Amino acid sequence: MLAGFAALLLFQLIGELLVRLTGLPVPGPVLGMALLLAGVLLLKKVPESLRQASEGLLRYLPLLFVPAGVGLINHGLLLKQDLWVILITLVVSTALTLAVTVLVLQFLRKRWGMDDAGS
Amino acid sequence: MPVPDAFLDLWVYMAASPLLHLLLTLLAFMLAQWVNRRAGGTPFLHPVLVAIALLVSLLLLTGTPYSTYFEGAQFIHFLLGPAIVALAVPLYDHRERIRREFLPLMLACVAGILTAVGSTILLVRLLGGREDTLLSLAPKSVTSPIAMGIAEQIGGYPALAAGIVLITGAIGCVLGPPIFKLLRIKDHAVQGFAMGLAAHGFGTAQCFSYSNLAGAFAGLAMGVTGLLSAFLIPLIMRFFA
Repeated sequence: MLAGFAALLLFQLIGELLVRLTGLPVPGPVLGMALLLAGVLLLKKVPESLRQASEGLLRYLPLLFVPAGVGLINHGLLLKQDLWVILITLVVSTALTLAVTVLVLQFLRKRWGMDDAGS
Repeated sequence: MPVPDAFLDLWVYMAASPLLHLLLTLLAFMLAQWVNRRAGGTPFLHPVLVAIALLVSLLLLTGTPYSTYFEGAQFIHFLLGPAIVALAVPLYDHRERIRREFLPLMLACVAGILTAVGSTILLVRLLGGREDTLLSLAPKSVTSPIAMGIAEQIGGYPALAAGIVLITGAIGCVLGPPIFKLLRIKDHAVQGFAMGLAAHGFGTAQCFSYSNLAGAFAGLAMGVTGLLSAFLIPLIMRFFA
């Protein structure tokens, strides 16, 4: 578990350093995730300690968003100015985005005969 | 009055210590989970939303600035980085299906991003919103660290964009399940992918409560949407906005 957590931090660090060096418009952790995925694909298995650390963290993923969410307290005034425009746009646009994504994905999978995985 | 003074001293000490706000964050989330369970798991009382509402109310009531709160809560916030790296594990577990369906997944991702940004431009224009509102809303479906970078690049407010991203995530968690029901989408991989695309980390977190498969595809969609959006959104805004 400890080795696994160290590995997660190491890959995040490598990701952050690469973003610094190359100026890619991507956050360090996302690059770190891509590199770790490449790593386990090469290794052809996930070491037990890495699996434990990852699954432990991902189980509490919702909690990790709370501190940033409380930061909305600082945007109160900005949000108020265009409140209804923002709310209607967010609700309608998010609904459309969800619907278009599932429909396109479902359509292409059926069309190309990939629907066998089913529900 | 010695007793209230002693309490006041204690409060001053506690309010300045990171321990208090770290503990309060955990307690608020546990209470929110309990409320959500009691309400039958409805997404309207999503534990993250309830916890945020509880903590915002508490900070407003006690007049605590966000920076003081964050000194304690940063220890939780910090774990977001390694948690994003950890998404590599469920992605590895579902590598066969991702490899097999790579092309449909990428095409659906581009279609989703175009819908998200296109409908945002159209709606803000129709409803007569301000220009800087539009620029801060455009990256709303993108995970917040990338969204802040995009907002800055196209001339919106990064701080507002980050807030908008969180609200979008919460809205996605509420809208997802009824939309999937309406469109009769039962496949957890397809559901997860749409949630990760439209509602980034919030959607991903929610999807891990459906299944590991849903979570893996949500994480994949969140990552790819972030990467593609960083290039696509500035381009779209240049041509259409």
